[in-house]
Amino acid sequence: MKNTQNSLGAYLKKHWKTVVFLVLVLIGIGIADQFVNSFMRRLLNLSAIYTIVALSMNLVNGFTGQFSLGQAGFMAIGAYTVAIFTVPVGLRSTIFYLAPMAPLLANIQLPFVVALILGGFLSAGVAFLIGSPCLRLRGDYLAIATLGFSEIIRIIFTNTQTITNGALGIKSIPTISSLWWTFGIALIVIIACFLLINSSYGRAFKSVREDEIAAEAMGVSLFKTKMTSFLISAFFTGIGGGLYAALLGTVDPKQFYFTLTYNFLLIIVLGGMGSISGTIIASFVVTLGQEALRFLDEPMAFGLDLPIFRPGLRMVVFSFLLMVVVLFYRKGLMGTNELTWNFIANKYRSIKSRFTKKAASAQGGDSK
Amino acid sequence: MVVGMTLSTFLQQLINGLSLGSLYALIAIGYTMVYGILKLINFAHGDIFMMAAYFAYFGISVFFLPWYVTFIITILLTMLLGAGIERMAYRPLREAPKTSLLISAIGVSFLLENLATYLFSGKPQAFPEFPVMTTPIFVGGLSIQPVSIVIPIVAFFLMTVLLFIINKTKVGMAMRAVSVDYDTAKLMGIKIDNVISSTFAIGSGLAAVGALLWCMKYPSVLPLMGVVPGLKCFIAAVIGGIGNVKGAVLGGLILGFSEVLMVAFFPSLTGYRDAVAFIILIIILLFLPNGILGKKQVEKV
Amino acid sequence: MSLLKTENVIMQFGGVIAVNDLNIDIKKGELAALIGPNGAGKTTAFNVITGVYTPTSGKVLFSPTDNGGVASEIDISGKRPDKITGLGIARTFQNIRLFSDLSVLENVLIATHLNINYSFLSAILRMPKARNGEREAKEKCEFLLERMGLIDLKDEKASSLPYGQQRHLEIARALATNPQLLLLDEPAAGMNPQETDELTDLIFKLKTDFDLTIFMIEHHMDLVMEISDHIYVLDFGCTIAKGNPNEIQNDPKVIEAYLGVDEDVED
Repeated sequence: MKNTQNSLGAYLKKHWKTVVFLVLVLIGIGIADQFVNSFMRRLLNLSAIYTIVALSMNLVNGFTGQFSLGQAGFMAIGAYTVAIFTVPVGLRSTIFYLAPMAPLLANIQLPFVVALILGGFLSAGVAFLIGSPCLRLRGDYLAIATLGFSEIIRIIFTNTQTITNGALGIKSIPTISSLWWTFGIALIVIIACFLLINSSYGRAFKSVREDEIAAEAMGVSLFKTKMTSFLISAFFTGIGGGLYAALLGTVDPKQFYFTLTYNFLLIIVLGGMGSISGTIIASFVVTLGQEALRFLDEPMAFGLDLPIFRPGLRMVVFSFLLMVVVLFYRKGLMGTNELTWNFIANKYRSIKSRFTKKAASAQGGDSK
Repeated sequence: MVVGMTLSTFLQQLINGLSLGSLYALIAIGYTMVYGILKLINFAHGDIFMMAAYFAYFGISVFFLPWYVTFIITILLTMLLGAGIERMAYRPLREAPKTSLLISAIGVSFLLENLATYLFSGKPQAFPEFPVMTTPIFVGGLSIQPVSIVIPIVAFFLMTVLLFIINKTKVGMAMRAVSVDYDTAKLMGIKIDNVISSTFAIGSGLAAVGALLWCMKYPSVLPLMGVVPGLKCFIAAVIGGIGNVKGAVLGGLILGFSEVLMVAFFPSLTGYRDAVAFIILIIILLFLPNGILGKKQVEKV
Repeated sequence: MSLLKTENVIMQFGGVIAVNDLNIDIKKGELAALIGPNGAGKTTAFNVITGVYTPTSGKVLFSPTDNGGVASEIDISGKRPDKITGLGIARTFQNIRLFSDLSVLENVLIATHLNINYSFLSAILRMPKARNGEREAKEKCEFLLERMGLIDLKDEKASSLPYGQQRHLEIARALATNPQLLLLDEPAAGMNPQETDELTDLIFKLKTDFDLTIFMIEHHMDLVMEISDHIYVLDFGCTIAKGNPNEIQNDPKVIEAYLGVDEDVED
């Protein structure tokens, strides 16, 4: 007992900055939850969900070095699980008006948390089926195969009328509005990813990314390692999808078109493939940025009737941004670094020294 | 499940399969050539195909050019577009990790789709009709659109020309050399950049022809029209053995026939039509990871 | 007692026979060397033993000793590399293959992954078992880095190390897998005579301290002749001679292969 107290004390002493930071974040969420308007609330919720999904994607793409493009499909599984199991039984006949819901499912209603976790597990289950053949493939084939599977999932959901209501989608999903759901789960996912990456499993992920042949020679099972990363990623993505459904209150197959995956790709490329903190920052920047740039789609931006502002410009700007990042800032915001206290201190020092140097040379110039 | 099918409907389906398969083959060649040389899935290829359709649409319906002028301009513009994309988005990443190149390709694809949506609106545009091509003719009880016959003929003519270029000309020899060993080819004084540019130009040119024929058969042009054919044609290239032009043709035909015949035999599965390609892909990769005509690759340790 | 035996191993790539009828027999506790001109198939032989390639025909028999001290013979041909490493064969690479973006310590820690006994869930939840496992792995790796003279560099990026130290790190990494047989692929390549001497001493010490059997490919003949108990000579995939250093030095076939009748001299 004494030992654990000691180690707790030592832990707090060593990581007090992090602990204080986390407490501040929690207080911040609490304050935001009380005061923000519904528009901002929705955006913040969306940012947190994007953080969850993008981080999961980074686990596979950034840390394990496997190029998977299946995020939209795994999100769809989580989202539909929440939709199917949380819509009140009484409302179902009005939603499934073309064909009644399958009798097996029609009367099952689960609490939100249970449906959310179930969605995660179903998503991981499908990932296992997809991963078994695909993870043995060479890198770039994996991209196509996972993209294909994500499309197949969408096609299946469009065609299974009695389970997913087909192209009509499912409405009247009980919504969440508190920030605690999304931010709470996002925090859990972030911490889990951080602890995972800094464990033997995380190092195995990175070894596969760095050099598959050397990793195998060191006793790392390629398939098992890739599969572990893929399953954890799919689980969290499913949870993210479930939250997405509960945030929007409605799901339909079109939401999960594979271009949705490109959003997350933009986020992890911008944040840095292989950086948790980079992904978190980029998730918020991209989500809020997409909203902030909405004026680009408005014909009367700046009160001027400029013909260049019309629907679609925003997405052009965003895809252009992705190109700029890939071509000129290949490592993204953080590369494979993390925003640790040391990292910040080093950055601060290097910026400071640059300024003092500049100041010194400027002075030198004066005296001349 | 099998519905009563007469011999003539079966023949008709075969012709449909052949013409769809030939279209896939034309587009798949572009993927396979680029992959052979850069080991890159050119995600933007399907969107280059889409842009070609818009070029043709604008030429005929907006600028009222004669069809043959439009076709030539379309093919040239598309070749330029393909080579231009390589110049701007892929060449700067020649020394970068492969993932960056792949992301750049996805980025170009995303950009072209969004650009087309923005410039031409997301609404489908009607491609001008070619009655000569689409009015069915009757041969021995079969009703056939001439275009369904023209497509395979044009496709096979172009493939013969391409095989000639690859096997008998200097540029073709350079392409083969680069695809076998990039570094040695470079040391041997082959101008890699020119070879890569010509590869992109040829692949895009074939995609442009594919787009023209496609639009005669399915006369509707929209910004996302290249996505699904693009993915399928990449799969066709993988099925045949990526990097191998004949393999791409074979894969395209296999895919075209399977799709048409599945819908013909199992009409209840029509909704899953687009899933066929991916299912074939998985099966092929599990049992023949290098495709039907592909060579085995050994990694040097 | 044999630790590793290959029986009539043939490795063919298309029409090229890289290794032809390889028969080696390495006794427990000895230091064997594999020599031969460039392109003789030495690294291919290593790749067959470590599972990177599945031999076209033939057997690779490995007899590891378990915790109770009992040895049992296993045919490892065609097994996956990570399985073979798990059984007790570790290797280094001729053209250094470190995890270049990771730290020196992380490089060595990765090699302990195969011996962990906790699940990823207990790693995420930092259960006591996982925490103890992490601590023990770290202690072990730091000890190995100390032995290889790399402990002060443990937080550096592997790619930032000078060439010689990268080779040392490769050995440390291989040792972290708890091998019984250590395969060294040209450990002295690119080293100057003084460094080669130091390496010779080091290899000899490691062998006794870690109770290892060592099989190495090497071009530095001084090194090979000084420390090997047994030498195999390969040429064009065939074993042209085997024996102790003295026998090898006087074998006419070896002299011919190295000096050639009308070929250039090997380095």
